[in-house]
Amino acid sequence: MSIPLPASFRSLALRSAVGLSALFPALAWAGDAGAATPWWVWPLALFAVCFVLGMIAVPAGIGGGVLFVPIVSGFFPFHLDFVRGAGLLVALSGALAAGPGLLRAGLADIRLALPLTLFASAGAIAGALLGLALPVAAVQVALGLTILGIAALMWHSKRSEYPEVARPDTLGAALRLNGLYRDPANGRDVSWQVHRTPLGLALFSGIGVLAGLFGLGAGWANVPVLNLVMGVPIKLSAGTSGYILSIVDSAAAWVYINKGALLAIVAVPSVIGMMLGAFIGERLLKQLEAAVIRRLVIVLLLVAGIRALTKGMGWWA
Amino acid sequence: MVGVNEGVSPEQLRYARALSVGMWSGLALLIVTFAAYLAGALPVQAPFEDLPRLWSLPVGQYMQEIGLETGWAWLASGRGDLLALSGIALLAGISMPCLLLLVPAYARRGDRAHLVVTLALVGVLALAAAGVFVPH
Repeated sequence: MSIPLPASFRSLALRSAVGLSALFPALAWAGDAGAATPWWVWPLALFAVCFVLGMIAVPAGIGGGVLFVPIVSGFFPFHLDFVRGAGLLVALSGALAAGPGLLRAGLADIRLALPLTLFASAGAIAGALLGLALPVAAVQVALGLTILGIAALMWHSKRSEYPEVARPDTLGAALRLNGLYRDPANGRDVSWQVHRTPLGLALFSGIGVLAGLFGLGAGWANVPVLNLVMGVPIKLSAGTSGYILSIVDSAAAWVYINKGALLAIVAVPSVIGMMLGAFIGERLLKQLEAAVIRRLVIVLLLVAGIRALTKGMGWWA
Repeated sequence: MVGVNEGVSPEQLRYARALSVGMWSGLALLIVTFAAYLAGALPVQAPFEDLPRLWSLPVGQYMQEIGLETGWAWLASGRGDLLALSGIALLAGISMPCLLLLVPAYARRGDRAHLVVTLALVGVLALAAAGVFVPH
């Protein structure tokens, strides 16, 4: 059941999100001050920032990880290794929290997800190993470029409610990647099948590399590949993407855990803040104009992407 | 909230139930162990006052500074800051038993392709969890 939120609260939520942008320079300055700032300020600030990120991530239809890594690595004093580890955990927790409901509702299809997940998991492990081996400035520059690319993708994003797949490809047919799902919004039974499966598998391997390399959840890439490349209906794409993340992010998370790149003092406040924020965000979803939130997220991504780029290039350490 | 869809396969519903139990257990463990860490219930590997210096180091240097080996050494350390990672490990590991729940259904149905893919996926996750991909 959804609890309606008063208008003053909605306004507060929007102001918090806008205020978050204003907070960035202060955080960067405090990060430079280094030892002068008491240690406990940072986990508290992280919790507060993640709470706001969680609040806007749900209405924007993105996972928190894609905002978390560039913003926290750009404006907090934590090394990028620990931020990526925490980012994966943030994305993993969100995917695990949503997973059971999506699977029960038939909005995620395990049979469709499994082959894609296998390729993406292998890619994520490779990406995580690569990310921890590369010089941090190179990863920061690549992260900045990727985040700016995601902002452009969100700006121009297209979607197809029920894509037409005239004929399944040989591999998709052999794996029997087809089915029937009931759209809970209108009760309509939708028959689906896939095409371009080999291309989909290749793209998911690449998406896995990006997820492991940068510690980003990869819903922003999973959904367009499932929907626009493979021809899966949009709602099934979004749900299946969430389920895929619950496995792919765990594959990469193991690399970070085994390397020691997960600090409880960074990861746990982030996860709890993001989940509490998402809880409020889920209620805001029905009351805020999606386009406003989407534009706000694009602005945040642009700021965070430029910050990652300038940090990586050494222009603004 | 969206309810159970009648068209969903029994193995997918079993998976969802197991995932739900694992996810809540992981989150509970995460919160309890982190609260114990902050409350100082156990000695810590990295003192709180050293954190601002340690968390700005690359992971290799950080591990050297706190004197910890890579892999699963953190679990046997008995240190509060490292045991706070046990909830994270549970969250990262929960997909493996859930995936194994799919195996009997695929085997019974003779769905060899998905059987092989599922076992391969469990294998990849198990190798990653065991630290095979991370040289010590």
